[in-house]
Amino acid sequence: MARTKTDQPKLNFDGLWDYDPAPESSDAISIKDQYDLFIGGEFVAPSKEGRYFDTINPSTEERIASVAEATTQDVDIAVKSARKAYDKYWSKLTGKDRAKYIFRIARLIQERAREFAIIESMDGGKPIRESRDVDIPLVAAHFFYNAGWADKLQYAFPGRQPKPLGVAGQIIPWNFPLLMLAWKIAPALAGGNTVVLKPAETTPLTALKFAELIQDADLPPGVVNIVTGAGATGSALVNHPDVNKVAFTGSTNVGRIIQKSLAGTDKKYTLELGGKAANIIFEDAAIDQAVEGIVNGIFFNQGHVCCAGSRLLVQEGVADEVYRKLTDRIETLVVGDPLDKNTDIGAINSKAQLDRISTFIEKGIAEGGEVHQSSCSVPDKGYWCKPTLFKNVSQSHSIVQNEIFGPVLAIQTFRTPAEAVEKANNTPYGLSGGVWTDKGSKIFKITSKLRAGVIWANTFNKFDPTSPFGGYKESGVGREGGLHGLLPYIKL
Amino acid sequence: MSKRLDVLKTYKIYINGQFVRSESGHYLTLTNKSGEQLANICRSTRKDFRQAMVAARGAQGGWSGKTAYNRGQILYRMAEILEGRRAQFIHELSLEGASAKKAEAEVDAAIDRLVYFAGWCDKYQQIFSSVNPVQSAHFNFSTPEPTGVVSIIAEEKSSLIGLVSMIAPVIAGGNTCVVLAGQRNAMSACSFTEVIHSSDVPSGVINVLTGLKSELISHMSSHMDINAIFYTDSDTDSKKLIQENASLNIKRVVFEETDDWMDERHENPYIILDFQEIKTTWHPVSV
Repeated sequence: MARTKTDQPKLNFDGLWDYDPAPESSDAISIKDQYDLFIGGEFVAPSKEGRYFDTINPSTEERIASVAEATTQDVDIAVKSARKAYDKYWSKLTGKDRAKYIFRIARLIQERAREFAIIESMDGGKPIRESRDVDIPLVAAHFFYNAGWADKLQYAFPGRQPKPLGVAGQIIPWNFPLLMLAWKIAPALAGGNTVVLKPAETTPLTALKFAELIQDADLPPGVVNIVTGAGATGSALVNHPDVNKVAFTGSTNVGRIIQKSLAGTDKKYTLELGGKAANIIFEDAAIDQAVEGIVNGIFFNQGHVCCAGSRLLVQEGVADEVYRKLTDRIETLVVGDPLDKNTDIGAINSKAQLDRISTFIEKGIAEGGEVHQSSCSVPDKGYWCKPTLFKNVSQSHSIVQNEIFGPVLAIQTFRTPAEAVEKANNTPYGLSGGVWTDKGSKIFKITSKLRAGVIWANTFNKFDPTSPFGGYKESGVGREGGLHGLLPYIKL
Repeated sequence: MSKRLDVLKTYKIYINGQFVRSESGHYLTLTNKSGEQLANICRSTRKDFRQAMVAARGAQGGWSGKTAYNRGQILYRMAEILEGRRAQFIHELSLEGASAKKAEAEVDAAIDRLVYFAGWCDKYQQIFSSVNPVQSAHFNFSTPEPTGVVSIIAEEKSSLIGLVSMIAPVIAGGNTCVVLAGQRNAMSACSFTEVIHSSDVPSGVINVLTGLKSELISHMSSHMDINAIFYTDSDTDSKKLIQENASLNIKRVVFEETDDWMDERHENPYIILDFQEIKTTWHPVSV
C-alpha cells in the first residue's frame, strides 16, 4: 500500500533503545593532585602571591586536581624563557631539525592517545567517542602536518624568504582543549617561533599532560611554556611587551578587548572568535542525510563549537518533514556520562556555561519562541542540557542573533535561495555555514554567496589539519590550519 | 590681441561616480611653497564620508561579481587614461612642489603600478588558493574572496604614487573603498578621480575625499560597515586610534610603512592578500 505523507511510520523508542553502560576505564591514566606552571622545560611553582585553583569534572562536579594560577610575574618569567629559547636554541636549529622535533611530538601523542582522550572527557565533559575519535587523532595529525612545513616554508610563500616572528603568546578556549593547543602550537613551532600558551581555566589538564610530553620529546627548554590561569593571566600574556604575536580563540567580546589592547603595538595577531552559522536545507536535499547533518552541526560537543550550525534555515516545502524527523532523531540521542562509549551528548563544560545556556533558553521562550526538548533523562549530578529546538523565531530574536555555545537550535524557514542567503548572512558573525541540496550548481552558487570562512556542503563540522579555518567579519582575523594557517606565524 | 583668460579648475570630491562639493560647503585653501594660493579644496565631513561609505557598500557586490578578467581590463584602462593625461599630472605635481624630473618619474611610476596590479587581477586567486588533501572523502578547497569595503587613509606627504599604490591592490582584489587623499596633494588626487571616472570603474568602487585627516580619521576607522582599514601614517597616536577603533567590529588593519612609494617592494601580491578572506569549502566525494 502506498504511504501518504501523513501516514508514515513513527519511530517507537519504548524500551528498545536502552543501552547497558559501557564506560571507558580511567584506571590507566595518571593525574597528579596538583600541577605547577610549565616554564623553561620544568614544572615550577607560581610566584609568591600566586595560588592554586581547582579544576572539576563537569559530569560529577568533583574536583580532579588543582592547578597553579600564573601571575603577571609568572607570565613574565615564561615569556623570558620563551625568548631565551628562541635566541639560544630554536632560531639556530635548521628547519629539518625543527621538523623532527614536531614529528616526535605527533608520534608521542599517538602513543598516548587514549590517556589524553580520557582526561579530555573528564576535565571538559565531552563524550569519549568524540575525544577518542575526533579530538586526539586531529591533534596528532596537526602536529604531523605542520612538522613537514618547518623545512619547506619557502615553497609556501613564493617570492619571499619566510622568517619567524619570535615569541607567540597563545590563549585557547575550553571546548577543544588539546585540539586548540595543537592548532596554536604546531604552526608556531613549524614557523620557527617559541610559545607561551594559556589553556582555559576550566580545562587545563590535557595541556599540562602535554607539557610532560614536551619533556619526553626532549624539546629544548623554553620552546613551549604552559601557564595556567584565568582572564588576568591571559591579559598579562597579551600585554607583555616582549610577545611578538598573539593568537586567541574565544568569544568575540574578549577578541575585541584583545584587539583593542594591542592597538599602538606592532604585535601581529590572529583571532578565532564566535559564530552563528546557518545550516541551509533546500527542498531538493537528501533529507535524512540533512537531518544527520543538522544533528551533528548543533549537538556535536554539546554545541560548544564556534562553528556550530546553530541556526537552521529550512525551505518551506520540507520544513514540516525536517522538523518531524529532527524531533524523532533527537529522541535517540544519549545524554550522560562523557566516559560512556554510548554517550552522544556529554556534560556542559561548566556551571557558568550552563547558566548562560539556560538564560538564553528562557529568553527564547519569553520572546515567543516555541521550544521543544528531547524527553531524555539526565544524571542528577553534573551540568546537563537536553537537546533543544526552537521554532517560531525570527531574525531579531536573541537566540537567532547571539552565540549560545550550547545544544540549542533556532529553526527558521525560507522560500527562495536569495532569502536563505540574506538570512544566513544577516548576523555580525561569519565563521561557517552549511548548504544541503542535491544540485551541484546550486551548491556552488550558495556557498559563494555566504560570507563565512568555512562552508560545508552536504556535510557539517568536518575538520582537517590541511584545511584552513577562520572567520569573516566579527568571527575573527586570520586562518588556522593548512598552508594559510602558516602565514600568521611568519614574517614575509 | 589680449592675453587669454585662464579657466580655473574647481577641485571636487568624488562620491558614487559623481563630482560633488562637501555637503558642509566648507573648504581648505591649498598653497604652494611660497604661499601662493593654488586652489580651494573641499573640507569633507563625517556626513560626506558616510555617503561615500554607502556608495562603496552598494558597489561592492557588483565589483567583486565582475570577472577577474574584466577587473584587470578596467585597471589597465586606468593606466591608459593616466598615460594620456601625463602632462596634466606632471603639471599639477609641479604646482604641488615636485621638481619637473621628480613629477615625471612619479607619474610614470603611477601608470606602471596600475599596469602591474591590473595584471594581478586574474592571478592572485591561483597563487593564494589551495586544494587541501583532507583525510576524509571530501573535495576541499580554499579560495580568496574580497574583504569588503576598505577605508584608505593616504599619508599627508604621499603623492600620486602613494595614492595609486594604496588603491590598486584593494580594488584589484574586488574590494571597494573610501579614500582620504593626502592634503598637500589634494589637487592631483582630485584630478585622479577624473581618470577613475573615465576608465569604466563602476560608480562607488573608488570614492575620494579631501579634507583634514584629524577630522576624518576617527570616523573612517570606527564606522561599523567598514571591513578593513589601510593606512600608512606612522605617527603613533593615529596608529593607536585606528587600531582601537578597528576593534569595534574586528576590522582588518593593514599598515604599510614606507619612505618611498616608488620602491618596487610595494609591488607584490601579498598586499592584495591583506584585503582578502580565505573561504574553505567542503564537498563530499560519493555517488
